[in-house]
Amino acid sequence: MAALNLSRLIVVAADTIATHAEELTALDQAIGDGDHGLNMKRGFEAVRSEAEAFAAKPLPEALKAIGTKLVMTVGGASGPLFGTLFMALGKEISAAPDRANLTLAFGKAIEAVAARGKSQVGQKTMLDVLQPVHEALLQGKTAAEIADDADAAAEATVPMKALRGRASFLGDRSIGHMDAGARSTALLVRTVAETVGESA
Amino acid sequence: MSNVGIVIVSHSPLVAEGTADMVRQMVGDEVPLAWCGGNGHGGLGTNVEAIMSAIDRAWSEAGVAILVDLGGAETNSEMAVEMIGEPRAQKIIVCNAPIVEGAVMAATEASGGASLREVVATAHELSPS
Repeated sequence: MAALNLSRLIVVAADTIATHAEELTALDQAIGDGDHGLNMKRGFEAVRSEAEAFAAKPLPEALKAIGTKLVMTVGGASGPLFGTLFMALGKEISAAPDRANLTLAFGKAIEAVAARGKSQVGQKTMLDVLQPVHEALLQGKTAAEIADDADAAAEATVPMKALRGRASFLGDRSIGHMDAGARSTALLVRTVAETVGESA
Repeated sequence: MSNVGIVIVSHSPLVAEGTADMVRQMVGDEVPLAWCGGNGHGGLGTNVEAIMSAIDRAWSEAGVAILVDLGGAETNSEMAVEMIGEPRAQKIIVCNAPIVEGAVMAATEASGGASLREVVATAHELSPS
């Protein structure tokens, strides 16, 4: 990741979220409160507006600052969850991470998200994408394979019954819909994989 | 003020304000009290910045007990406590209790000068375990 262009990555990520905002909202309307797309778009636009400032910082500081910005701007329960993911990643990652350091930091970040949401894998949440991505990193998979794994993992939340978040109020009726947070997580993973590419 | 402060965090500003009203009328002015609710964009929701500001307004050296409604209010409150950071964070507790009953009972306890631990325990007694 020596050639990481964080400013460009932020712009591409914000574009991706904006492009898919309506899709995310539709997913969230099915089993949540229907604000996920709008919330994520607002947060990533806020990050985009300061992309150059974030990119000027060392990677750990940049990720922590992006996490804080997401906490303050995304809102809902997604703000603290996505914010915690980035803040925890920033705490553990080195300024020029190799695969081993990225994998370790990603694992720690997942633990932080699980603690923040008092959740675990299998409950139809973003963790159900993050965990398989971590495994793919551990297994040395390529960026393209990791992006595909993330999509498949999001797809795999469809038959799950929600046990956390607003969707859990629906019980069995949450079955048959993809989790919006899992989908947005997979979108971000693909964005990072395709932008950072094989050098990761 | 030396009594424990109470913060009310609801997805709805109307619920939060109404709960605060009940505390003021039933318990009085002896307890630092603040509320927040809504997503900051006119809709339902909670947001971390508003919670941090409410904690500031209800701040007491004896500590602050936060009463929340649904899941996101709890997650955002815990995030707010973490962002406030030490040393204040260790004097702020997010209660596991029904928001209206919890706020009134916690404030009643706090108005008599009880410690943060006692105030939180009183709120927790209302929660089916």
